[in-house]
Amino acid sequence: MSEPRSTAIEPRRSVILDVAVRAEVHTLLLVSLYLLFAGHNQPGGGFSGGLVASCAFCLRYVAGGERELARHRRVPPPWLLGAGLLLAVGTGLAPLFTGGQFLESALADLELPVIGTVHLASVLVFDTGVYLVVVGMALLLLEQFGAADGAESIGTREEPSGEGGA
Amino acid sequence: MVIAAALPLAARRLGNRVFHLAALPPLAAVAWAFREAPATDAGGALVEDVEWLPSLGVSLGFRFDGLAALMVALVAGIGALVFVYARSYFDDGADVGRFAATLLVFSGSMLGLVLADDLIALFLFWELTSVTSFLLIGTEDEKVAARSGAMQALLITAGGGLAMLGGFVLVAEAAGTYSLSEIVADPPSGAAVDWGLVLVLLGAFTKSAQVPFHSWLPRAMTAPTPVSAYLHSATMVKAGVYLVARWSPAFAAHAPWRPIVLTVGLATMLLGGYRAMRQHDLKLVLAYGTISQLGLMVVLLGAGTPEATYAGCALLLAHGVFKAALFMLVGVIDHQTHTRDLRMLDGLGRRWPAVAATGVVVAASMAGVPPLLGFVAKEEALASLGGTGAGWGPWVLGGVVVGSVLTVAYSARFVLGAFGPAEEGGFVDRGEVVGADAPRPAPAFVAPAVMLAGVTVVCGLVPATVDPMVGRAFESLFGREAHHLALWHGVTPALGLSALVLAAGALAVVRRRSVAELQARVAGGPSAQSAYDRSLKGMLQAADVLTGKVQNGSLPVYLGVILTTLVVVPGVPLLLDLELPELRVADRPGQVVVGTVMLAAALAAAMVRRRFAAVILIGAVGYGMAALFVLQGAPDLAITQLLIETLSVVMFVLVFRHLPATFPRRRIRGSQAPRVAVAVAAAAFAFVFTLAAVGARSEAPVSDEYLTRAEPEGGGDNVVNVVIVDFRGFDTMGEITVLAVAVLGVAATVRTGRRERTRDGAADDGPRDVAVAAAEGEGEAG
Repeated sequence: MSEPRSTAIEPRRSVILDVAVRAEVHTLLLVSLYLLFAGHNQPGGGFSGGLVASCAFCLRYVAGGERELARHRRVPPPWLLGAGLLLAVGTGLAPLFTGGQFLESALADLELPVIGTVHLASVLVFDTGVYLVVVGMALLLLEQFGAADGAESIGTREEPSGEGGA
Repeated sequence: MVIAAALPLAARRLGNRVFHLAALPPLAAVAWAFREAPATDAGGALVEDVEWLPSLGVSLGFRFDGLAALMVALVAGIGALVFVYARSYFDDGADVGRFAATLLVFSGSMLGLVLADDLIALFLFWELTSVTSFLLIGTEDEKVAARSGAMQALLITAGGGLAMLGGFVLVAEAAGTYSLSEIVADPPSGAAVDWGLVLVLLGAFTKSAQVPFHSWLPRAMTAPTPVSAYLHSATMVKAGVYLVARWSPAFAAHAPWRPIVLTVGLATMLLGGYRAMRQHDLKLVLAYGTISQLGLMVVLLGAGTPEATYAGCALLLAHGVFKAALFMLVGVIDHQTHTRDLRMLDGLGRRWPAVAATGVVVAASMAGVPPLLGFVAKEEALASLGGTGAGWGPWVLGGVVVGSVLTVAYSARFVLGAFGPAEEGGFVDRGEVVGADAPRPAPAFVAPAVMLAGVTVVCGLVPATVDPMVGRAFESLFGREAHHLALWHGVTPALGLSALVLAAGALAVVRRRSVAELQARVAGGPSAQSAYDRSLKGMLQAADVLTGKVQNGSLPVYLGVILTTLVVVPGVPLLLDLELPELRVADRPGQVVVGTVMLAAALAAAMVRRRFAAVILIGAVGYGMAALFVLQGAPDLAITQLLIETLSVVMFVLVFRHLPATFPRRRIRGSQAPRVAVAVAAAAFAFVFTLAAVGARSEAPVSDEYLTRAEPEGGGDNVVNVVIVDFRGFDTMGEITVLAVAVLGVAATVRTGRRERTRDGAADDGPRDVAVAAAEGEGEAG
């Protein structure tokens, strides 16, 4: 992705905040993933995981402004929303094809090296859908409210070309 | 449907060859229909039932009987040909995939419609065809005419569909079943059923473009021609006729049925034929012709007599074949000459003899000229109508004869206009005729129409080829042996009538100048189009007025109304019957501390002048809530609450960049008191309501069950999460859907607002303003 738009403003950035956030964001994202996967058996889940990830993006926005946010974003937020919904509905529909009820869940235990027994339920996919929707929501709101006044927001402006090409 | 979803992707690679791919499913359906057709002998049927919403008694019941087989052959057969045809009609373009996919979805829903046995399923497919029709008419969405035509078709057919749903419910409740076949086998009666029938007929008439709902069909001609050939002549508009056919054997004797069906059908036939004579656009000639023919079919199939129904089944087939072919030919002409105005087309017959011959054959079939399929069907119709019970016979027969004369006349108008020399007058004098230099169409382009023409010829000469199909359709409706289609019945009254019709039609053709003059003199009068326009305008104005009154744009007023309703509606009954549980101040000391902090923060939030401080304070209340959750041992809730509060504070701050830093001072002193009153009342209500709700528990809490079932069934130790994603998964799905929609709505609103502001502001030094505003915003946030 090229430089999003001409620099109308270069927001004053706090170096300390910037560096701290850079160090922190990845940890936060990791935590959010942990929450997503742990959710079924311990506190957490797709919703809180998504919220943590959203907070991570918020931090990044606070530290670096919208351009910082846009620079590392490859997927437009509406796509995240759509993908999340699709996942959730997909998991709901999948059991219908195997003769189950809508949203019926399946379980599996996997033995993985190093990590040990992983307890997998099909609702994890559903939860991932929830996670994506929440993250998509936060990013979209950040983009819309956070974009400097008067400028088209970056994500939405890219949409048409994103749909046509690819 | 799955294939339809894949089509746009395939289209990127294949270009418009994608239509060949899309033709495969309908082709398979045809093959399947013919293979399974013997199962429908003597009124038999294949039945398949899929449980869908067992709690509501709705199932996806499918039933493949004679009439369904006829419709499947029509829908899928013509569908396959239309796809082949569309490949030549469209030049390579980006939208081809979308178009093919929508057309295939339509195909699927139309098949579903004719196969559905459950009324609710039928309704769903019915509306699906309306929606796909809307999309297809609006294919060229950059044209205003296409958009408004699509909208009109959608409003009228979907509106009729809603009426039909009401009718279905009335009838089905009276019958005690939603199964179409069971209702027809044992028809209920009563006043409710009569009203239900009227509503069902309303739906059928809107779909099949009967007077006075016909206006959408000519407007729908802005669609690409394959759509017109497929949806608006051969299949979708037959849905209403199909429904009438299904119901009339059982309900024709009910009071409202015959008068409505016969009057509307006849009026439609005559009006359609009359209007067809006045059109200059070839497609519109055909569109009004279709309306006229649909009227005839409604008469035949709605009369409820065995003979007429039999004729109706034959006509259903014959019309689908010849009308689709005619539309295809118009598409060919339009594609090659770029006009459809029959006054401008000159001498195409000489230059394209094969095309012209095809056109003459199918148009003759439409007019009912022997020895074509149209003649066989028309002859049956004329023979059957004399006996339309209850004194209707002579009237109906007379009307149909006049309508048939008109049919002959506009068929001839079509042929002469399309392939004959241009008439003397305006266009010839101005040298605006086309035809001499139009490129010859590719053979593959004309082939589908030629095939259909071949069908009318072969089936007309040897009626035995289609006889089993029509016969089975008839048997499925009346459950008894049908007689057989024949080209030559001997000298009968019907033959005489046919001859009379053809002679009168020929006369009208020869004297077409004077006919046109006569029509020009009586023209005018109220048109259904203007009625539609007026009612649409009125509705929009009423909505404007209402919205202006209700949505006055003042947030305090909205909030006030919402909160007052909240307090008054559930609050008053609550107070009348109040039982409060015993109150405890706190379970542990920590709660007191947190509670005090929350109270203080909430009070402060209401007092402070600066918005930013207010938000932080509200956030503090939220964090206090999270702390309470922790104290109660609910980590999941606490985490979520904490995160939500954080995010909302951030969002608030972002929004506040666009608002003044402090709340406005009250300009009107008196307006403060009611606000405080409403706020306090709402708070008090929330408090009392929560207490009462806690105290009102009479059943064992559902959470016990969740606790025991979470691990074995949900496969998780975290009960909260198992509840969210498994036990109440459906709720969650609804919630995230709402979330996504709301966010998109917010985003769209913000964007619109921003764009308007940009437009209002000075365009020249916009960026500088932006920079200043943003810098101010930053300063405020930090």
